[in-house]
Amino acid sequence: MPEFRKPHSLTDVPFHYCPGCTHGIVHRLVAEVIDEMGIEGDTIGVCPVGCSVMAYDYFACDMIEAAHGRAPAVATGVKRGNPDKFVFTYQGDGDLAAIGTAETVHAATRGENITVIFINNTTYGMTGGQMAPTTLPGQVTQTTPYGRNPDVEGFPVRVCEMLSTLSGVALAERVTVTDPANIRKAKAAIRKGFEFQKNKQGFSIIEVLSTCPTNWGMSPVEAINWLKENMIPYYPLGVFKEGAIR
Amino acid sequence: MAKMNVDFEVCKGCALCTTACPKKIVAISHERLNSKGYYTAECIDEDACIACAMCAMMCPDCAITIIPDGGDK
Amino acid sequence: MERNLMKGNEALAEAAIRAGCKGFFGYPITPQTEISAYMAKRMPKVGGVFLQAESEIAAINMVYGCASSGVRCMTSSSSPGISLKSEGVSYMAGSDLPCVIVNVMRGGPGLGGIQPSQSDYWQATRALGHGDFQILVFAPSSVQEMADYMGKAFDLSDKYRMPAMILADGLLGQMMEPVTFGSEEIHTPDPALKPWATNGHGNKRKHNIVNSLYLQAEELENLVVERFKRYEIVKSEVHEAECYRTDDAEIVVAAYGSVARLAKAAVDLAREAGIKAGLVRPITLWPFPVQEVKDACRNAKRVLCVEMSMGQMIEDVKLALDCRVPVDFYGRTGGVIPKPSAILEQIKILNEKGAE
Repeated sequence: MPEFRKPHSLTDVPFHYCPGCTHGIVHRLVAEVIDEMGIEGDTIGVCPVGCSVMAYDYFACDMIEAAHGRAPAVATGVKRGNPDKFVFTYQGDGDLAAIGTAETVHAATRGENITVIFINNTTYGMTGGQMAPTTLPGQVTQTTPYGRNPDVEGFPVRVCEMLSTLSGVALAERVTVTDPANIRKAKAAIRKGFEFQKNKQGFSIIEVLSTCPTNWGMSPVEAINWLKENMIPYYPLGVFKEGAIR
Repeated sequence: MAKMNVDFEVCKGCALCTTACPKKIVAISHERLNSKGYYTAECIDEDACIACAMCAMMCPDCAITIIPDGGDK
Repeated sequence: MERNLMKGNEALAEAAIRAGCKGFFGYPITPQTEISAYMAKRMPKVGGVFLQAESEIAAINMVYGCASSGVRCMTSSSSPGISLKSEGVSYMAGSDLPCVIVNVMRGGPGLGGIQPSQSDYWQATRALGHGDFQILVFAPSSVQEMADYMGKAFDLSDKYRMPAMILADGLLGQMMEPVTFGSEEIHTPDPALKPWATNGHGNKRKHNIVNSLYLQAEELENLVVERFKRYEIVKSEVHEAECYRTDDAEIVVAAYGSVARLAKAAVDLAREAGIKAGLVRPITLWPFPVQEVKDACRNAKRVLCVEMSMGQMIEDVKLALDCRVPVDFYGRTGGVIPKPSAILEQIKILNEKGAE
């Protein structure tokens, strides 16, 4: 059995995330993939505005803080200026699927050779749990205190399915990190994304269903179960598009 | 010797690791609070630990290090 | 030096390429679209990047990313598009990133018009985004200057690590005049000059972070205060204005960009009519050429500020003169271009008034 240690591509700055927030797991998976591919020195990460806004302190590669929703555009600028470097964005659902929808769709349809790590936890965590574009029907949030009503607030967005219609997408896969088996699958998907990028084969997005114990008002373990029972039915796991586009 | 090493100050007592351990030997100890005021995780039967690292995989804070042959932290 | 007959927009684009600009991220909007069209043709030929973004917001954020990685890059737009870019510019100023932004101004506010205007002066020099920050602002008034100040904007933007703007208008962008370029070949800036760039640490250096988020108030304050100390240095080193027939001028016209050329014609007409008129033309709008304006107006009894707006630079002129000389205003806006004869009319009126 191999040793299990914190990956080199994570700095020793402790995470500020709430106890049981699965952001931390996904950070580690991205860093493990960067370590295993030996590309820390050639990688530039772009972090969003949201709970992971300070991820530039956590990743040991070069990092850029993007304006809310603009990470895919920032990443495009970095990648076009440095085509042989690895560029990933790490974004939440408000960042990617609300204010940043246009940037997401157009980076995807351009087939930008970047890898997008998309954390879907159905809420705006940092600002205290408001409705996000992925908030489920009936789900109570600070801005849907009586439960999200599709007649008023519309329906949650299934990002992977939406983007899978775009020819520039090499990988659109939805995973989760509720247990070790899923964590392994999530890591494999992230690795695929970076491999597509390495071979300049198009845009990759890995949507990770994640928990937000604090704003869901649950214990971390309860949140994992809530995710399984409520999110997975609405956001089915799996590959929605896979294959080099060039 | 400990195969599962928990960084006492980094652990936030979220207990996710307790759900991942196949041997059901990871629990939250209620002896001491760390400086942030959390009770932290620990392995309650080190001999039964097979160093599969599932607890470490599940940890959102990289607080768990696994040393299969039981080296120290 | 080979002379080319070119549109202002195209001369500016060619000058950017020769200055070593390797990334252009744009979006169509009249009256600056020729810049994008020109870049689309030329950039691929010089190993650069041309990309039409999905919006001006995306474009400025692409510049933000490209500039973070140490590559010389730019964007261009016109008034409404510049408003969309303002958040991005604030981020670039807050992250000490160099870049060049071109604003080929058009009538505003709102969707406005597509004729030339100067009604974004305040936006460019006062508040092109939230927070305490400034950007370098250059105001060319000829196709030749469109080219000259493009190169200068890139150099000074890199030197002072701050965004630089070329504030032109639809007239300058669309008209054709002969232009010569400083250098035939393409300048390649030395990447070593940007150790802060996020282009991959290559396991040779600490990781770089480009960021403008500082949740600790004191830390943010220190950064801003330090930046403003740098702005003082910029103010002392960068200030340019053209003075025309101001030595004995009793009526000084203050105007910039294309309007300055109309004002110059009016000054000549006034001189022919026996009026001691002169022109002061600020070229750097930020830093504003305070000393040059003071010197130009040392004998002035009256100053006439002429702009294609309702009067914005007039405030800086008054401030520069500490309001010791009466400053009157004449302007057209909405895209209407003032005629030299109308400017001359105003000069005559002021001449009769004398130094009330």
